[in-house]
Amino acid sequence: MTAQDTQLLEATIDELKHLFSPRAQTGETMVLNMGPQHPSTHGVLRLIVELDGEIIVNAVPDIGYLHTGIEKNMEAKTFTKALVMTDRLDYLNNMGNNLAYCLAVEKLMGVEVPERAQVIRVILAELQRIASHLVWLGTHANDLAVQSMLFYCVRDREYILNIFELIAGQRMMTSFMRPGGLWRDVPAGFEEAVRAFLDYLPARLDDYERLTKNNPIWLDRTKGIGVIDGPTALAMGLTGGSLRGSGVNWDIRKAMPYSGYEQYQFDVPLGSAGDVYDRYWVRMLELRQSLRLVDQALAKLKRLGPGPVITADRKVAPPPRAEIGVSMEALIHHFKFWTEGFPAPAGEVYVATESPRGELGVFLRGNGGPKPHRVHFRTPSFINLQSTSLMSKDHYIADVVAIVGSIDIVLGDVDR
Amino acid sequence: MSHLETTLAALQDKFGDVLEQVVEFRGETTVVIHAAANLAVLQFLKETLGYTFLADLTAYDDWPEEPRFKVIYQLRNLFGPVSLRVKCPLAGDAPQIASVTGLYPAANWPERELFDMFGLQITGHPDLRRILMPSDWQGHPLRKDYPLGYEEVQFTFNFDDIDKKKPYAKE
Amino acid sequence: MGLEQKLGNLGVVTTTLEQAVNWGRTGSMWPMLFGLACCAIEMISTIGAPQNDLSRFGMELMRASPRQSDLMIVAGRVTRKMAPVLRRLYDQMPDPKWVVAMGDCASCGGIFNNYAIVQGVDEVVPVDVYVAGCPPRPEALIHGLLTLHAKVKQEKLVKWA
Repeated sequence: MTAQDTQLLEATIDELKHLFSPRAQTGETMVLNMGPQHPSTHGVLRLIVELDGEIIVNAVPDIGYLHTGIEKNMEAKTFTKALVMTDRLDYLNNMGNNLAYCLAVEKLMGVEVPERAQVIRVILAELQRIASHLVWLGTHANDLAVQSMLFYCVRDREYILNIFELIAGQRMMTSFMRPGGLWRDVPAGFEEAVRAFLDYLPARLDDYERLTKNNPIWLDRTKGIGVIDGPTALAMGLTGGSLRGSGVNWDIRKAMPYSGYEQYQFDVPLGSAGDVYDRYWVRMLELRQSLRLVDQALAKLKRLGPGPVITADRKVAPPPRAEIGVSMEALIHHFKFWTEGFPAPAGEVYVATESPRGELGVFLRGNGGPKPHRVHFRTPSFINLQSTSLMSKDHYIADVVAIVGSIDIVLGDVDR
Repeated sequence: MSHLETTLAALQDKFGDVLEQVVEFRGETTVVIHAAANLAVLQFLKETLGYTFLADLTAYDDWPEEPRFKVIYQLRNLFGPVSLRVKCPLAGDAPQIASVTGLYPAANWPERELFDMFGLQITGHPDLRRILMPSDWQGHPLRKDYPLGYEEVQFTFNFDDIDKKKPYAKE
Repeated sequence: MGLEQKLGNLGVVTTTLEQAVNWGRTGSMWPMLFGLACCAIEMISTIGAPQNDLSRFGMELMRASPRQSDLMIVAGRVTRKMAPVLRRLYDQMPDPKWVVAMGDCASCGGIFNNYAIVQGVDEVVPVDVYVAGCPPRPEALIHGLLTLHAKVKQEKLVKWA
């Protein structure tokens, strides 16, 4: 190590000194680095833990290893082109990010979305929620030594990705939802594909519950670990399954419905203890509720019949393909739309949606130009991760893995 | 009288001297207040009017206009639910604003992000360090006078030029 | 009581040392369990999902420690904050070692041409195979890995470190 390295290291330690107890400086407790390359931090999360033996005195998350500058980069693109960035934000919830951003643009522009588009959006967002929860279940269980679960869950997720590929041609970064509606209508065979998945999954979920729910090892690792009570969870800004595991009935789909969620019947599963097990169990029940939602939305889609899937407001939506071939004006408009974009009114909106991880909010500000003046994502993982140090205090170091897994973070969502 | 109207009336009544403006846009209400009074107003909103949930805390940069920075508190009363946005304009290049972590513990990381991304000095914050960028980073990326950091894209016609100066890694 | 008596006469296979070693190296390549962003999810799909099943190529075993692995799959965007960590991990891997840049971000920065992202991981570590796609399909990653295998099979004795 060179002298400069040593100097840098000392500066870093000085900076972090106030985070640890004085006992760490006398060597009574041990400060240990965990990550950013660690198999069970679900990405590039770094935790600096202070240990008394194996008991955690303090755990300080250090984030930013995946800071992509998405918010700044979106300011340099038009409203439509900035959409592709949202896919890569929370890479397990691509459709949900698209939806949140589109809702914000639509609110800023004051456009209405056709009903058919809204129903398809609900189907896709809920399928994405299932896919996200499956990855969460697989990785969380893998961390807690139920290794086969990862293979099962990833296999089932492939079926959802196949549906996305069917409609958009891409498996993950679909950018299928556009401001004003959808890129295009779903193709023939979509309904059958979703139906087949709806018939397939419940039996699999029963299996996964059998593998974990009453498994003594699972119970030992999760019951009474990482407890956070309802009021504290709210004060810490926890949302989503992590909040509902503490028994707080707060779901944005119910409280502040968007995209017509108020028209569907579904329950909000609640835990009571606020520990890792309850958070796990809430998400397991949410999987079934999402299936219920998809089922109802599919039936509604059938009732609605064919119709437009993007707004008729040509300011926000590009002209349809068929028109470009016959109309000069449409061709010019198409060109101007994709090169210049559309000017948005000066003003700011905040839209909240329920992502698989919690409240995904978009703060969008227009200043009269074709590019967003400021886009801010209130990402659930970023806010939820704050509670890690609170939850992991006085637990064994092995429990940190369970706690981080139970909050269900995605580092792309944390760092943006 | 809806809760939002009650809120606005109460704010007008109690904080009339620091209340600059009330903006309605697309059904959302924004209250613009003096930045120095942010703690008092937020405390009143939280404790008396039930805005107990801090949904979002962010800022934006209006450079080159003055006042330059605007800090946004997106508050929510979970019964209703009622949303209210509080905006605090901040003048100058290195402005200060009081931390609200005492009222809303959830504000801890978002305020660190404001320090990191905009260079706002959050007074009274328990742990004001950079959060997303490396600790030795120069500048504050989300400021409007900070460049995006665009690099020239390699195409067929300029491949060799860029290839020569691209810092490829060695074994 | 040797193997010959159990199996009968096995005969003799002659080959060059190069070929035998390279064959061994491609047959059990251990990638490092190192996911950065979106591509890591597709990497999990490639390794974990029975539909793709990377173990067909003798490489389903992911090692979390760089000291036990010989292939680094850089799956996702590399930030300026992560780059030194990435280099350190690479330096900790024992020779011989290979790097696959998975996805557009790792290959060239992808759509993120900005202050935070390293424009191509080849600025940090030497890359053997680039896999295009945002993110690449599992099939694309498998193709990239098979391309790497083909490359390893061409390696010469004199170049071994």
